[in-house]
Amino acid sequence: MLTVEAGLILAALWPMAAAILAPLVQRLLGRYSAWLLALVPTAIFIYFLSLVGSVAENGALAARIAWIPSMGLDLAFRLDGLSLAFALAISGIGAMIVLYSGAYLQGHPHLGRFLGFILAFMGAMLGLVLADTMLVLLAFWELTSVASFLLIGFDHARQAARRGAIQALVVTNIGGLALLIAVILMQRVGGSATVSGLAPLGADPIYPVIFICICLAAFTKSAQFPLHFWLPNAMEAPTPVSAFLHSATMVMGGVYLLARLNPVLGGTEAWTLTLTIFGGVTLIWGAFWACRQTDLKQMLAQTTIASLGLLVMLIGIGSEAAITGMIVYFLAHALYKAGLFLVVGAIDHETGTRDLNGLAGLSEHMPLTFIAAAIAGLSMLGVPATLGFFAKEEMYLAFEGGDWSQLLAFGTLVIGNALLGGIGLTVGLRPFLGAERATPRAPHEAPVAMLVGPLLLAAGGIALALNIEWLAEVLIGPATNAVGPFAVALHLSPLPDFTDPLFFASVLTWVLGVVVFMRLDLLRRAMRRIESGFGWTFDKGFDTLMFGLIRFSGAVTRFLHHGRLELYLVLVFSALALALLGPVLSLDGLAALWPAADLGGWSSAIGGVALRPYEWAVVALAVVGLVAVVIAPSRLAAVLLLGIQGTALALLFLLFGAPDLAFTQFMVEILSVVILALVVARLPLDHHDHRPFEDWARDGTIAIVCGAGVSLLLLVVLSGTLDPRLGDFFIETSVPVAHGANIVNVILVDYRGFDTLGEISVVLAAGIAIVTLFRGRAKPAGASSA
Amino acid sequence: MNTVIFRTVTPLIVAIMLVFSVYVCLRGHNEPGGGFIGGLIAAAATAVYGMSAGVAAVRKALVADPLALAGFGVFIAIVSGLMSLFTGSPFMTSIWLYLDLGEAVVPLSTPMLFDIGVYFTVFGTLSAVVLSLEHPGNGEDL
Repeated sequence: MLTVEAGLILAALWPMAAAILAPLVQRLLGRYSAWLLALVPTAIFIYFLSLVGSVAENGALAARIAWIPSMGLDLAFRLDGLSLAFALAISGIGAMIVLYSGAYLQGHPHLGRFLGFILAFMGAMLGLVLADTMLVLLAFWELTSVASFLLIGFDHARQAARRGAIQALVVTNIGGLALLIAVILMQRVGGSATVSGLAPLGADPIYPVIFICICLAAFTKSAQFPLHFWLPNAMEAPTPVSAFLHSATMVMGGVYLLARLNPVLGGTEAWTLTLTIFGGVTLIWGAFWACRQTDLKQMLAQTTIASLGLLVMLIGIGSEAAITGMIVYFLAHALYKAGLFLVVGAIDHETGTRDLNGLAGLSEHMPLTFIAAAIAGLSMLGVPATLGFFAKEEMYLAFEGGDWSQLLAFGTLVIGNALLGGIGLTVGLRPFLGAERATPRAPHEAPVAMLVGPLLLAAGGIALALNIEWLAEVLIGPATNAVGPFAVALHLSPLPDFTDPLFFASVLTWVLGVVVFMRLDLLRRAMRRIESGFGWTFDKGFDTLMFGLIRFSGAVTRFLHHGRLELYLVLVFSALALALLGPVLSLDGLAALWPAADLGGWSSAIGGVALRPYEWAVVALAVVGLVAVVIAPSRLAAVLLLGIQGTALALLFLLFGAPDLAFTQFMVEILSVVILALVVARLPLDHHDHRPFEDWARDGTIAIVCGAGVSLLLLVVLSGTLDPRLGDFFIETSVPVAHGANIVNVILVDYRGFDTLGEISVVLAAGIAIVTLFRGRAKPAGASSA
Repeated sequence: MNTVIFRTVTPLIVAIMLVFSVYVCLRGHNEPGGGFIGGLIAAAATAVYGMSAGVAAVRKALVADPLALAGFGVFIAIVSGLMSLFTGSPFMTSIWLYLDLGEAVVPLSTPMLFDIGVYFTVFGTLSAVVLSLEHPGNGEDL
C-alpha cells in the first residue's frame, strides 16, 4: 500500500509521465494504445476510491514535501471531501475519455499527441484539486489553461479552432493573472502559504481586492456572464475534449476555487450578492441561449454555461442545503453532461451530422447509445431515481423564507432547471425518436470503446442515486464539510416525499421542462429574433477588443519606432540631458558651486588648480581633439579624431593614479574608433555633413547641454564630502579576505561579482543582437555576391 | 590598409597582443589588468588581424565562432559561481587553492575562473561585432 504522501503526489505526476509516453505508446500499439493508456486514470480512480473511507473518517489527508525551506514554502497536497469528489470525477471520466478518444480519433495522424494532451490535462487538473500550497494551485491552474489551449487548437489547420484556442487562452489567462495577485495578497495578509492555513479574511481592509481578483479568476475559468463567450467557441475541440474539459472538469476549476475559498472569503455580503447575481444571470442566459441552437454540441455548451452559473449561485447562497446541492449537482452534472457530450460525439461520428433538425429515429440503429442518452437526459431533467433529482431537491431546500430576493432566486432556479431539463430531453431523446431521416452517413452503432463511457456514466448515475444514503455519508457529507462548517444532516432519501411542498416545485420543473421540450422550436424562433434584433454579441465584442488592441499597439509602434536614426539619437540624448540636468537643477545642487558672496572665491579656486606643465599639455590635447572633431571635414575624419580626446582622457587617468581605468580607456578608445570607422565605412552615408542649419543648431544644442550636464553633475558630486567608509572597507579587506591587491579587479570579480555576471550576460546579449542585425541585412547581399 | 608593411607586421603585433592580453588577464587580481581589459586587447588583436588578413582567415584561426566563445565565457563565469555549492556556501563564494610547485606557489581561485569567463565574453562579443562589420559581404546593400 502506498503511503498517502507518495500516492497524492503520484496522482498528479503519473498522468504527466504517461502524457510524455503517450505518442510512443500510440506508435507501438496502434489502435489498442488507448486501452492501455486508459489504465492510468483507471488506476488513479481506484486509488482515490480506496481513500474514500479514510477521508470520511479523518476529514482530510495531507502530504507535504519540503520545497524551499528557507522561504517556508512546501509542496503541500491535501485531500478532503471536496478534493476527493473532484478527483474521482476527473480520474473516472478521464479513463472513459481516453478510451473513447482512441476510437473517436482512430486513424488520426496525431492521435498519440492528442492522448498525451488529455493525460497532461488530467494531471494538471488533479494537481489543481489536490494542491494545498496556493502557488502550486496557481501553477496547476495555469497548466489546465495551457492544456485547454492545446486541445481546443488540436485541429490547428482550421481557423475556427485556432481562434477558439486563442480566445480561451486569453480569457482564462486574464483570470490566471488575477489569481496570481489574489494568491500573493492572501499569502501576505493571511500569513499562510497554504489554503488550509488561511483564516477568514472577510474583515480585512484589502478583502475587496482579493475578492475581485478571485471572482475574476473563477468567472473567467468557469465562463460566467459576461465572460462566458469563450466556452461555446471552445467546442471547436474534438468532442471528447468538450466532454472532459469544457463541461465536466476544467471549467469546474472556477467553481472549485470558489468552493475551496468559501471558508476564507465567503460569508460576506459582497460574496453572497456577487456570486448569486452573476451565477443567476449566467444560469438564465445560458439556458435560454441553449434553446437558440440547433447544433447538439452547441446546445450542450450553452447548458454547461448555465450549469456553471447554477453552481456559482449555490455557492453564493452558501447555506448548508445550497452547498450540499452544489456538491450533488456537480456530481450529477459531471455524469450526465459528459455522457451527453459523448453521445453527441458518437452520433456525429456514426451519422456525419449533429444538427438537431437533421436527426431522427436513430434508436433502431444505435440502441445502446439511445439508452445512455435517455438516462442522461432524464437525469438532466431531474426525475426520480437519477442523481439529478437529488441535486434539484437539495437546492430547492435552500429556500425557506418568503423574502422577495429569495423568491427571485428560487424562481431563477426553477426556470433554469426547467429549461435545462427541456434541453436535456431534447438532446437525449429527439435524435432517437420519430421517423428516420437521411443522414450523411448510414447510421450504425458506435464501437465498444465509444459505448463504454456513456453507458458507464448512465449506469453510475443510477447506481449512485439508488445508494444515495451511502453516497451522502462517504462523499457528499465530507465534501460539504470542506466548503462550510456544517453538521450535515442527511435529508436525502431515495423516494420523493409527496407531502413536502418543495416536491411540487420539482413537479413544476418537470412540467415546464416537458413544455420546453415540446415547444422548443417556438422558443428558438423567439430567441433568434431577439438575437438578430440585438446585432451584437460578446463574441464580436471580444474581436473588436482584440483587433483594437492590435491596432493600438501598431500605432504606438509606428509612433516610437519610425526608423529614422537621427530622431532616435535626438530622443536618446534629449532624455540624457534631461536626466542629467533635471535632478541638479530641481534639487538646487548648483548652490554648492555658487561663489559665496564675493567673486574672490572663484579666483582662488581657479588659482588652486595646480597642474604641472605636462598635465596642462594633456588638457590642451583634449581641447585640440574637441576642436578637431567639430571642424572635421568628413565624417570618417571626425570619428578618427574622436580618438584624440579619448587618448587625452586616458592619459589624465594615468597621471592621476587610475592605471586600471586608463588601461581600459585606451582599449575602449581604440576599439570604438575601429568599430565606428567600420560602421561609417559601411553605412551609405555622404562623406560630408549636409545638415540644414536648424538641424545643426538642434544637434549642437543637445550636445552642449549634455556636456554641460555631465560637467555640472561631476562638479556637484565632487563639491560634497565623500563618504570614505566603503573605500576604507575595500582597502582593509581586499588582501586578507579576497586575496587580491588590485581593489578595482577584486570588486569586479569578487565583491560585486554578481553584478559583473549580469553585465557580461548583457554584453553577450548585445553582441548576439548586433551580429543578428548584420546577418539579417547581409542575406540579400550574400546571395548576390555568391 | 593592405600595404606590405602592415601585412608583414600584423602577425607579430597580433601574437604579442594576444600573449599580452592573457598576461594582463591573469595578473589582474593584484596589479592593473583583469579579464575585461584582457578581452579588449584580444578583441583589438582580432580587429587588426581581420584588417590585414581578411575575415575568413581570422575565423579559421579562431576555430570556434566568436559568439560561441562569448557564450562559453558566460558559462564559465556561472560555473565558477556554482563551485561554491560543493562547499555548501552561497552562490559565488570564492574558493582558493594554493598549488605548491616547489619553486613557486600558484594561487588558483574561482574569482580567477570568473575573470577568465569575463575575458572570453568580452573578447568573443567584440570580435563577433568587429568581424561581422569587417565582412566584405555585409552592409553593401545598406
